[in-house]
Amino acid sequence: MKYVDEFRDPRLIKQASDEIKRLIDPSRHYRIMEVCGGHTHAIYRFALADLLPPNIELVHGPGCPVCVLPMGRIDAGLSLVEEQHAIFTTFGDVMRVPGRHGSPIERQARGADIRMVYSPLDALKLARDNPERQVVFFAIGFETTAPSTALTLKRAQEAAIANFSVFSNHVTIVPAIRAILDSPDMRLDAFIGPGHVSTVIGARPYAFIARDYQKPVVISGFEPLDLLQSIVMILRQLRDGRADVENQYGRTVPWDGNLPALRVLADVFELRPFFEWRGLGFISQSALKLRSEYAPWDAEARFDMAAVQVTDPKAAQCGEVLKGVLKPHQCKLFARECTPERPVGALMVSSEGACAAYYNYVHRRDMAASA
Amino acid sequence: MCLAIPGQIVGVAPEGHLATVEVSKVRRTINIDLLDPAPSAGEWVLIHVGFAMSRISSEEAAEQLRLLAMLGEDAQAMAELDGYEFGSS
Repeated sequence: MKYVDEFRDPRLIKQASDEIKRLIDPSRHYRIMEVCGGHTHAIYRFALADLLPPNIELVHGPGCPVCVLPMGRIDAGLSLVEEQHAIFTTFGDVMRVPGRHGSPIERQARGADIRMVYSPLDALKLARDNPERQVVFFAIGFETTAPSTALTLKRAQEAAIANFSVFSNHVTIVPAIRAILDSPDMRLDAFIGPGHVSTVIGARPYAFIARDYQKPVVISGFEPLDLLQSIVMILRQLRDGRADVENQYGRTVPWDGNLPALRVLADVFELRPFFEWRGLGFISQSALKLRSEYAPWDAEARFDMAAVQVTDPKAAQCGEVLKGVLKPHQCKLFARECTPERPVGALMVSSEGACAAYYNYVHRRDMAASA
Repeated sequence: MCLAIPGQIVGVAPEGHLATVEVSKVRRTINIDLLDPAPSAGEWVLIHVGFAMSRISSEEAAEQLRLLAMLGEDAQAMAELDGYEFGSS
């Protein structure tokens, strides 16, 4: 528990940890899924499992955008670099995601015009500054990020910037949670709800989880104490036989979400009939495409993009890890062929990916201890 | 990916849309169109990919900065902020 010293208030951490021990039924096994990759990162970073009784198992959810993206989408996006001589822009997390012919950063090293941006507005600026080139923004992320892409598209439309387009890989969190709840090999007792996604969509969209599936949901902040308090709130619900949507993250998450953000999302995007997720397969109405009014800025409408379906490297078990069926270290490639330096699967790429988080905090610690 | 950076609004552009924020003494331009009503000088916001995504209190901002440092993401957050190009013409 080497991180306990830096907790803001170790006394409160201890109290929450003791409360958890009081609340559990020792004869029962608890499986709680943290939906958000940011929570997964924090849970490993703060070694929270060390503060929990062994019969509480935290299952890592699908809330890591690059982790759930099938490899074919990367390849389809990168094909525009050659075929349209486009400038390919995307966030840093995507730069290291392996495609069939290398990751964006490897392709960049081989001379492809691929640029990392920190904001979709920077991709739009590149288009303004390079009117003779096509600029494609490879958009990715849940509802936290999608409103920013939507607003950028509004700006592109208002300013009639013709050489800018978006390849949308935006996904929505609720259908993925529903797919997990409907999956026969997923037995979960409760959910730690995502923090930042919920600032946009609010708490209301999770109501069905409590109502239709009788599972508690507690939306949580990211600090160790936040996560422990959320687990206390979940255990109280389970002890009392309740299933409610509760909010530990406070006033940052309004019940109805951020209305201007939801409005711009609805103006620009519509739901795809279905979309493929790594590990979870095809999920209906789980991803966002541009509405027809935005077709001039929609890479998929403008360019001839083949729907590339690429299966993951056979030995990699990203899907099983994503579904929580396997723990990261149980994958055959973990820490052998697949490391954060040379990732084979996307879960090893992002700091929010379960494999990278496990590698950086548990595996390195174990290695240091055995050295 | 879901990096959220706390910043204090120090000024809003006269035509709206953009504001100057200060984060750990560094000033950058961000977009504020996702907040209604628009934030005003002195208020704290969480910034994500160049956009203010929610209002927070100064205490929450301090906690978020601490959290970023504890997660080892503070340098990344400052690099992101420094990397926003859209505010410069």
